[in-house]
Amino acid sequence: MDALTLHRIHFAFTITFHYLFPQLTMGLALLIVAMKTVALRTQDVDQRERYDVAARFWARIFAINFVLGVVTGIPMEFQFGTNWSEFSRRTGGVIGQPLAMEGVFSFFLESAFLGLLLFGERRISRRLHWFASFMVFLGSWISGFFIIVTDAWMQHPVAYQQLPNGTYEVTSFWGLLMNPWAWLQYAHNMSGAVITGAFVVAATGALYMLQQKHQEFGRVFLKVGVVAGVISCIAQIFPTGDLHGKYMARHQPAAVAGMEGLFHSTPGAPIVLMGQPDVERQTIDNPLVVNKVLSFLIYGTTAAEVKGLDQFPQDQWPSALPLLFYSYHIMAGLGTYFAALMTTAGFLLWRGKLYNARWLLWPIMLSFPLPYVANTAGWMTAELGRQPWLVYGLMRTSEGYSKHVGPGTSLFTLLGFLGMYSLLSILWIVMVYTAIQKGPRAPVVDQGHDAHTLTTA
Amino acid sequence: MGTIWFWIVAAMLTIYVVLDGFDLGVGIVYLFVARDEQDRRKAMHAIGPVWDGNEVWLIAGGGTLFFAFPLLYASSFSGFYLPLTIVLWLLIVRGLSIELRAHTHDSVYKTLFDATFSFSSLVLAVFFGAALANVIRGVPLGPDNYFFLPLWTDWRTGPNPGILDWYTVLGGVLAGLALALHGLLYLALKAAGVLNTRSTMLAKRLLPIVAVITLASVPATVIARPASLEHYQQHGIAWLAPAMVVVSLATIAISLARGWEWRAFLGSCTYLASMLVGAAAGLYPVVLPSVGTAGRSITIDEALAGPHAVRVGLVWWAFGILLAIGYTVTVYWLFRGKVPEHAEGYGH
Ligand code: HDD
Ligand code: HEM
Ligand code: HEM
Repeated sequence: MDALTLHRIHFAFTITFHYLFPQLTMGLALLIVAMKTVALRTQDVDQRERYDVAARFWARIFAINFVLGVVTGIPMEFQFGTNWSEFSRRTGGVIGQPLAMEGVFSFFLESAFLGLLLFGERRISRRLHWFASFMVFLGSWISGFFIIVTDAWMQHPVAYQQLPNGTYEVTSFWGLLMNPWAWLQYAHNMSGAVITGAFVVAATGALYMLQQKHQEFGRVFLKVGVVAGVISCIAQIFPTGDLHGKYMARHQPAAVAGMEGLFHSTPGAPIVLMGQPDVERQTIDNPLVVNKVLSFLIYGTTAAEVKGLDQFPQDQWPSALPLLFYSYHIMAGLGTYFAALMTTAGFLLWRGKLYNARWLLWPIMLSFPLPYVANTAGWMTAELGRQPWLVYGLMRTSEGYSKHVGPGTSLFTLLGFLGMYSLLSILWIVMVYTAIQKGPRAPVVDQGHDAHTLTTA
Repeated sequence: MGTIWFWIVAAMLTIYVVLDGFDLGVGIVYLFVARDEQDRRKAMHAIGPVWDGNEVWLIAGGGTLFFAFPLLYASSFSGFYLPLTIVLWLLIVRGLSIELRAHTHDSVYKTLFDATFSFSSLVLAVFFGAALANVIRGVPLGPDNYFFLPLWTDWRTGPNPGILDWYTVLGGVLAGLALALHGLLYLALKAAGVLNTRSTMLAKRLLPIVAVITLASVPATVIARPASLEHYQQHGIAWLAPAMVVVSLATIAISLARGWEWRAFLGSCTYLASMLVGAAAGLYPVVLPSVGTAGRSITIDEALAGPHAVRVGLVWWAFGILLAIGYTVTVYWLFRGKVPEHAEGYGH
C-alpha cells in the first residue's frame, strides 16, 4: 500500500475509534443533567432518592467513557501534525483556531467539573452539584462544537484568505464560527449523540426489566431513555438530517450524487432504497427505488432535476463510491428504524404499558449498538463524500499527508494502534458491563472517602 | 506578535512540565517509596484529582502551537513521528493504568497496573527530556523545511544526528531524575507518615545527582549547539534563567535540610521552569534549528500563522486562559492539604 492510503486508514481508524466514546459522553451528559434536574425539583422523597442514585450511576459510566475518550483523543490532536503535516502547515492559520479553542475552553472546564460531579456530592450543596453536572455537559458540548467547526471548514471553507506563501489564514473569526455548514452539522451530530445516550440508557432499563432485577431503576432508565430517544430520533431526520442534506446538495452536489448512487442527471429523480452500485458500468444492481422522491426531498418539487455524477469530471468523484453509498444508506436506514422503534416505545410509555411489553423490551435492549453504527456510518458519509478533497475545492487529500513519513513507518504505527485499541475495546466492554451488572446501588470500589481520586468504579 | 506567541507557547509547555511533571515523577518513584497497599493508595490519591487536568496543559499547549506556528507544528510533529507516536502509546497506557488500578480488587492486577504506571511514567519523562534536547541540538531540516529523524545513527551530534545521541540521552536522563525529584517533593508535601519520610530521604540523596548533571548540561549544550551561547550574549537578561536554576537548587537543599516541605516543592517548580525558560532563551528567535547545510533554521517569523489569525487568537486566548487558570486553582484549592491518613471506606 502507498503512504497516502496508509495515512488515510490510520486517521480514519483512530478517529472512528475515538468517536465511540465522546458520542456516548455527550449524549449521557445531557441525560445526567435531566435526571439531576428531576431530582432537584421533585417534592417526592422517594423519587428524589431514585433519580439521585440513577444520576450517580450514569456519572460512573460517564467517567469510564471519559477516560477512554481522553486517551484516544490525545492521539487525534497530534495526528494532524504527524500524519497530515502539509495539511497542517497550509491550513493551521484557520483550523488551528477552533482546535486550540477546544483545548482552552472545554477540556479544562470538563476535567475540573467532572471531579466535582463524581466526588463533590458530599462537600457541596445540591444546587452546586447540579451545576457541576451542567458544566460537564456544557464542556462536552462545547468541545463537540469546536471539532465540528473544524470539520465544517474542511467541508465548506469560509472566512479565509490565501497568503503569498500559499498558506491560509482566517479573515473573520465570527465568520468561521458562524459557518452555516457547522451549525447544521452540529445540530445533526449532537442529536446523534443524544440518540446513542438514549439507547444505552433505555437498553439498560430494558435489561433490568427483562432480568427482573433493579426494577425500580429499570423503569427510570426506560422512561428517561425513551423520552430522549423519541425527541432525538425525530430531530435526527427532521429537521436536522433533512436540512443538512439540502444544504449539501447545493454545496457538494458530487457527494450527494455519490451518496444516492445517482450516476446520471435526471428530472424527477428516484430515491434508491437499496442496491449495489457498480462504478464501472455506472449502474445500480438490484435497485429498489421509489420514483421522484429524491427530487422532492432536495428541491421540494417532484419534477426538479438532480445533478448526477455525469456532470462532474471523474477525478472529482468521491473516491470510494460504493462505501459512501452504503454508509449513507446504513445511516438513513437505521435512522428510520430508530424513529419507528422509539415512537412505538413512546406511545406505550404514554399508555403506561411499556414496562411489561416484553416483545418491545427485547428489541430496545438489543438495539443499543446500532446508534454507534449509525454515527460511524454518518461520519464515513461526510468524510468519504468530501473526497477527493481534503479541504473542499481548495486542497486535495493527496497533497496533505506527511511526505517524509514513509509507508513502512505509517503501517508500523497503524498496527500499534490496532493492537492497543483492541485491548482497550475489551477493557471498555468488561468495565461497562460489570458496572451495569452490579447495578445502580452497588457500593463504589475506591471512592476515596474525601474524594481524593478522579477515578471511580 | 511572534515574540508574544513564542513566549505564550513556551509558558504553556512550561506549566505542563511543572504540573504534569510531579505526577510523572510520582510515577517514577512510586515503586520505591510506596511499598505497601496503603501507601500506594495514598500516592495515587495525591495525584488522582489533578493528573487529568495537568495533561490538558499538554493538549492545550499543543493546540496553541498548531494555530500560532503551523509550520513548526507540521515540521516537528512529522519529523519526530516515531517517538511522538510512542509517547502517545505511553500516555494511553499510563492513563489507563491509573484508572484501572482504582477499579480492581485483585492484587495481581494491581501489581500489573502499578508496574505499567511506573514504567510508562519513567519512559515518558525520559522521552520528554530527549525531545527537548533534540530541539536544542537541531535537526537536519531539508530545503522544504521538513525532516525525518531515525531513532539513532552513530550517537554523535553533528550533521547526521539521530533522535538518540549522547546529548539527547543526557537530556533524557536529566529529565527523568529531575522529575523524580519533583515527584518526591510533591509526595513529601502531600503525604504524612512513612511515605513522607521515605520520600524526603530519597529526595536528599537525589538532589546532588540532579545538581551535578544540571551543571554538566551547560558545557554539553555549548558543544552540541554553540549558537545557544550567542543568543545569551545578545540578550543579557537571559542569564537570569541559569541564575534562577542555581538559586532554586540551593532553595531545595536548604528546605530539605530544614524540613520546609512547601518551599522545597516550590523550589523544584522554579528549577524546572528556569531550566525550560533558559532553553527557550537559548533558542529565541529560532524555533527549530537546522544542522547540516540543506536547509535553514526555522525562525519565529517564518513559522508564525497569518497576521489576522494571530491577532484574533490573542483575544480569545487571553480570555480562555484566565478561565483555565481559574479552574486549575479551584481544583488544587479543593484538594489542598495532606492526603488523609486513614482512608476508611476504601475498597470492599
Ligand atoms: C444516530 C446517528 C444518525 C442517524 C440515525 C442519522 N444520521 Fe446523518 N449523520 C450522523 C448521524 C446520524 C452524524 C454522525 O452525526 C453525521 C456525520 C457528520 C455529521 O455532522 O453528522 C451525519 C451526517 C449526515 C450527512 C452528511 C453530512 C456531511 O457530509 O457533512 C447527511 C446528508 C445526513 N447525515 C442525513 C441524514 C438523514 C437524511 C438521516 C435520516 C434518516 C440521517 N442522517 C440519520
Ligand atoms: C473535527 C473532526 C474531524 C476532522 C477535522 C477530520 C479530518 C479528517 C482528515 C484530515 C482525514 C484524512 C484525509 C481523508 O482521507 O479524507 C479524514 C478522513 C476520515 N475521517 Fe475525518 N475528521 C473528523 C471527524 C471524523 C469523525 C468523527 C469520523 C468518524 C467517526 C471521521 C471519519 C473519517 C474517515 C472514515 C476518514 C477516511 C476517509 C478516507 O479514507 O477517504 N472523521 N478526516
Ligand atoms: C480530529 C478530530 C478530533 C480531535 C483532535 C480530538 C481531540 C480530543 C482530545 C485531545 C480529547 C481529550 C480531552 C481531555 O483531556 O479532556 C478529546 C476528548 C473529547 N472529544 Fe475529541 N477529538 C476529535 C474528534 C472528536 C469529535 C468528532 C467529537 C464530537 C463531535 C469529539 C468530542 C470529544 C469530547 C466530547 C471529548 C471529551 C471527552 C469525552 O467526553 O469522552 N472529538 N478529543
